[in-house]
Amino acid sequence: MIGAILSGIGSVVRSNFMIFMRAFRKRDTIQYPEQKVYLPPRYRGRIILTRDPDGEERCVACNLCAAACPVGCISLQKAETEDGRWYPEFFRINFSRCIFCGMCEEACPTNAIQLTPDFEMCEYDRQNLVYEKEHLLISGTGKYHDYNFYRVAGMAIAGKPKGAAQDEAQPIDVKGLLP
Amino acid sequence: MSWLTPELIDVLIKTAQAIAILLGTVFVVAYLIFIERRLLALWQDRHGPNRVGPHGIFQIAADMIKLIFKEDWLPPFVDKPTFLLAPVIAMSAMLMAFAIVPISATWGVATDLNIGVLFFLALAGLGVYAVMFAGWSSNSKYALLGGVRSTAQTISYEVFMGIAVMGVVACAGSFSTRDIVLAQKDMWFIVPQFFGFIVFAMAGVAVAHRAPFDLPEAESELASGYHTEYSGLKWGMFFVGEYAGVVTVSALLVTLYFGGWMGPGPEYLGFLWFFIKTFIFIVLFILIRAALPRPRYDQVMDAGWKFCLPLSLLNLLATGAVILMRANAG
Repeated sequence: MIGAILSGIGSVVRSNFMIFMRAFRKRDTIQYPEQKVYLPPRYRGRIILTRDPDGEERCVACNLCAAACPVGCISLQKAETEDGRWYPEFFRINFSRCIFCGMCEEACPTNAIQLTPDFEMCEYDRQNLVYEKEHLLISGTGKYHDYNFYRVAGMAIAGKPKGAAQDEAQPIDVKGLLP
Repeated sequence: MSWLTPELIDVLIKTAQAIAILLGTVFVVAYLIFIERRLLALWQDRHGPNRVGPHGIFQIAADMIKLIFKEDWLPPFVDKPTFLLAPVIAMSAMLMAFAIVPISATWGVATDLNIGVLFFLALAGLGVYAVMFAGWSSNSKYALLGGVRSTAQTISYEVFMGIAVMGVVACAGSFSTRDIVLAQKDMWFIVPQFFGFIVFAMAGVAVAHRAPFDLPEAESELASGYHTEYSGLKWGMFFVGEYAGVVTVSALLVTLYFGGWMGPGPEYLGFLWFFIKTFIFIVLFILIRAALPRPRYDQVMDAGWKFCLPLSLLNLLATGAVILMRANAG
């Protein structure tokens, strides 16, 4: 019994000493507004729409992002320019619903929609969290600097007929006799 | 100016002293909320409140404003007179107990009181009524459980706390706290009364309802125990009472076992010595809260009855024997 009491006292003194020595350790807290937390480059934060290296919109309004979105926070409407390029007439992301899962980025065939390491997008008014195309579209290329969908895809637009894309063979003339 | 007799001046000076001590105590008690949060954070590798003012020193003002403007709600199912009385008792009992603490050789409210230490024991006993009243009058099961636990805890610590102090009283030959401090001129009572000190310190933690003896409020099991139904300033009064308990018990530990205002240097440094010693004990209170888990209350009663009570009795017995031996030899 004396042994149990002594070991109990010892353990109490030991834990008090251990906790006291904690005072000399580095603190784990980050003083947030002044000190920023490190975010990896592929962090999934605020969603952007990027442009191709020529400065044109990458988005071709295929709707795959809206279909992939598990919470249905993306809505857009297709339109077409005179030279045959598709583009979204409006593109709207409701960030009060968005769960930043990155499914839209995975679904996007043209690397247009991308997630960025930025989470500081608080608003006092919920309506301000609905981002329109002018809020989403940036002037740069985002993570993929050289990719231009119309240069690698087989789709014909004004100034780029079938077969003119990179590594693309001329289309087979089905009416010709030569093999 | 015939009415301005020396006696009246004496009374006025004493009254001013008492008011100054009360305000000082309340100030320290209020600041303890901030100090505790910062220290707990320090020991948990956090920062704690450090935004309001330099290093967060004005946090207490923000807390006060918040507390004052909270809705002071009276639940319809409570027993009103008792419910209102409980926080008043909680706060006033512990603040009044501070009256017997001599702060320096000349400062103190009731340091010559010939029942000094007993006065503290009586008020500590009264303070328990606050918890019991609050627990019972709230008409809620968590509050009642808190009150029941408080009762169980009280009967296990009040006994040995009194007996532990008697060792000091026997050594000093007086109940008056000033005489007790003066008796420690040659040697602080921590040396001859070491076991008494341990037992009294444990009981002191229980008196202030501090972790690890915070069974009556036990946030993790009982919502907040006896003050579950309280809000606003009434809740705040319970907390002032708790921190006042910490300050009073720390000051009493210093007075009874660590020589009160005594220390090297001239007499006017007594304030400083008293303050430093008390502050060390306050920090120790917070460290204990940061380090130790809360025992079950049968374990508390086990420790009280089977360890602390025999220890304090043996301590008193040995103290009495030594005093008698010295008296016969001398």
